Amino acid sequence: MNDNVKNQVHEPLIRVRKRYTMRWYKSWAVRVAAVILALLICALVIVLLTGYNPIDVYKAMIEGNFGNARKMWNTFQELAFLLCISLAVTPAFKMRFWNIGAEGQTLIGGLASAACMIYLADKLPLPVYYLVIIAASILAGMIWSLIPAFFKAKFNTNETLFTLMMNYVAMQLVSFCIVYWENPKDSNTVGVINRKTHAGWLPTIADNKYLLNILIVAALTVAMFVYLKYSKHGYEISVVGESENTAKYIGINVKKVIIRTMALSGALCGIAGLLLVAGTDHTINTTTVGGMGFTAIMVSWLAKFNPIVMTLTSFILVFLDRGASEIATRFKLNESMSDMLTGIILFFIIGCEFFINYKINVRKSRKEEK
Amino acid sequence: MKKVLSIILVLALVLSATLIFAGCENTKTESETNVETDVKGGDDKGGEENNGEENTEAADDFKIGFIFLHDENSTYDKNFMDAATAAKEALGLSDDQVIFKANIPETAECYEAAADLVDAGCDIVFADSFGHEDFMIQAAEEFPDVVFAHATGTKAHTEDLPNFYNAFASIYEGRFLVGVAAGLKLNEMIENGVITADQAKIGYVGAYPYAEVKSGYTSFFLGARYVCPSATMEVKFTNSWFDIAAEKETANALIADGCVLMSQHADSEGAPKACEEAGVPDVSYNLDTREWGPNTALISSKINWQPYFEHLVNCVKEGKEIEQDYCYGLAEGSVEILGLNDDVAAAGTAEKLEEVKAQFIAGTLHVFDTDTFTVGGEKLEEYMADVDSDEAFTPDTQVISDGYFHESEFRSAPYFDIDIDGITIK
Repeated sequence: MNDNVKNQVHEPLIRVRKRYTMRWYKSWAVRVAAVILALLICALVIVLLTGYNPIDVYKAMIEGNFGNARKMWNTFQELAFLLCISLAVTPAFKMRFWNIGAEGQTLIGGLASAACMIYLADKLPLPVYYLVIIAASILAGMIWSLIPAFFKAKFNTNETLFTLMMNYVAMQLVSFCIVYWENPKDSNTVGVINRKTHAGWLPTIADNKYLLNILIVAALTVAMFVYLKYSKHGYEISVVGESENTAKYIGINVKKVIIRTMALSGALCGIAGLLLVAGTDHTINTTTVGGMGFTAIMVSWLAKFNPIVMTLTSFILVFLDRGASEIATRFKLNESMSDMLTGIILFFIIGCEFFINYKINVRKSRKEEK
Repeated sequence: MKKVLSIILVLALVLSATLIFAGCENTKTESETNVETDVKGGDDKGGEENNGEENTEAADDFKIGFIFLHDENSTYDKNFMDAATAAKEALGLSDDQVIFKANIPETAECYEAAADLVDAGCDIVFADSFGHEDFMIQAAEEFPDVVFAHATGTKAHTEDLPNFYNAFASIYEGRFLVGVAAGLKLNEMIENGVITADQAKIGYVGAYPYAEVKSGYTSFFLGARYVCPSATMEVKFTNSWFDIAAEKETANALIADGCVLMSQHADSEGAPKACEEAGVPDVSYNLDTREWGPNTALISSKINWQPYFEHLVNCVKEGKEIEQDYCYGLAEGSVEILGLNDDVAAAGTAEKLEEVKAQFIAGTLHVFDTDTFTVGGEKLEEYMADVDSDEAFTPDTQVISDGYFHESEFRSAPYFDIDIDGITIK
């Protein structure tokens, strides 16, 4: 008996093994299956908890996104905002720099646009005025990302904590500025900036409020794809991400890459802030970014840092979010119900990546082994 | 050994799973009752749709849409939601005719929500939060055929759009009344020897030093002093509309500072609970807080939006003109006194309140009577208020005449922002 045990390596019942190859169609089949499964579970939850017909609920989700032209434009605009911030965090994450400060970087970019819109209205010639607003937003986002990047490169500080804390600093700064800009006095709201003159508002294309945002982000997406895939910078980012030592060995200046990449990250967040404040909201408060800086991280990771795939992943998230609020409105359900559905769907979408990346081996019976 | 351990673990898992499911069972019974009502709602819906098909011409395709800043977990928004639901029932509207959009932030999303409600066929769109106003105006300009109404806003009379309206209530009269109840309580405490007359200090937890808050606490104080001349008041701000911890802390600080009676204008349970712990009588706002403070909650005042919603719907249905600034009060039921706690209030409070209320309705008593307060030791003869909101906050309107400050008459939202003697602000 004892000898037997010694000779045999004990094999656990379940063993997880990394998968290196899975055909693309297979992996997509897994993903589609996961979504279908998620929808079935959601249907069950809907029936059990509310008694509504799940088909109606799903229909409401689709109509909430594409019910009419306005909703469709709005969906694409929301997609553009989320995608823009996701594009911003992508190079940093590809470099394995855990930038969870996109929320603050975007907010501070928006704050800079708001400040310029308020203080410089009617003081500069129009083209200069716009240039200053754009430059200030980008610069502000950049500064907000360069501070943690500098400390990471110089003193190897923990960038996760640092970027996270910077979010709260940005929020406090916004609260502080609201005190100076509030209108009317002591109301704690800024109101729409330059509502009468529209000074500093980004122009609309062909009378369409949404198009400009969408076009800018579409261009950025393509640019980011090319940058990451075909430029020397993009290559350096992947090498630093895979192994810092390899990067050092082949003569890449790691510190420089970190700082340069974070500057780019912050600049894109600044643009997102600009589009939000000067392009759409024309006001600023602490909820202007509304958590998109964190959702963007999920978008980026789910797409494995591919900007083109990110359009799809950000679409899924925007679709779920807008669909969820439509359900809440139409069926008079609390938002919590739609949050539950979103949670279930995301759980499956993220969970299925495990089965794509890992294979599960169950111990075969001993007889078979022999 | 390992086997034993794994068996124990499995058992523990099964047990916890059973417990969880048992827990679900409980909640299920709750949700089942919900299902019943929901299903009923669904039936109603079907019924209404059929009716609509039967008489298409006279079809009641009227719809009203509501935009709320938060959901029912905020006492502020819940007050609007309850009123909207009550109005819906009173007017006999179906589920399809009333649309709620909750959790709409004060950004362009508010405009999108308003536009969406218009697309859904709403004849009236109502928004409940101050910061929604500019986006409501934007929507009002774009959709001239739809009525846009907004609570607490200030711009209807300056924008002068044919389809944008502000609304509020003369809540300062309600505040005065609960102030009277507070003053009677102070008198009782003085008579019983609990405090001396010059110890009659009231504490007040305010949100922001905003006119709405200032008008609220000043009228409350004047109400208290109406019956208890030696009363003084100390105000502290939390700089947030909803912050449970800060409100509780502020209340405790005021109590520690010698305040023997408390009141607040902020939306959480923080202050009422602090008062219950300290055993200090508390006058609340917007809801009956007897549940949180059975031994200390004295009385509350609130704005009841139901009369306004009903008025709005009736005006639109009958094609009548709507007031650009709607501000009614005690007589119309827009201002309500609630939660009078007989265990806490002084004897005869209810009778006294009825008497004062009747004077308000008759117009013989004014909250901001300039004979009853001084500013910097002097009687206020005139005051220019910033009624027309502009960026420089220029005072533009003479609001004192006939011996009193005319609150909420030149626009619905309050504009009394004077610091009067007797109130210290910290």
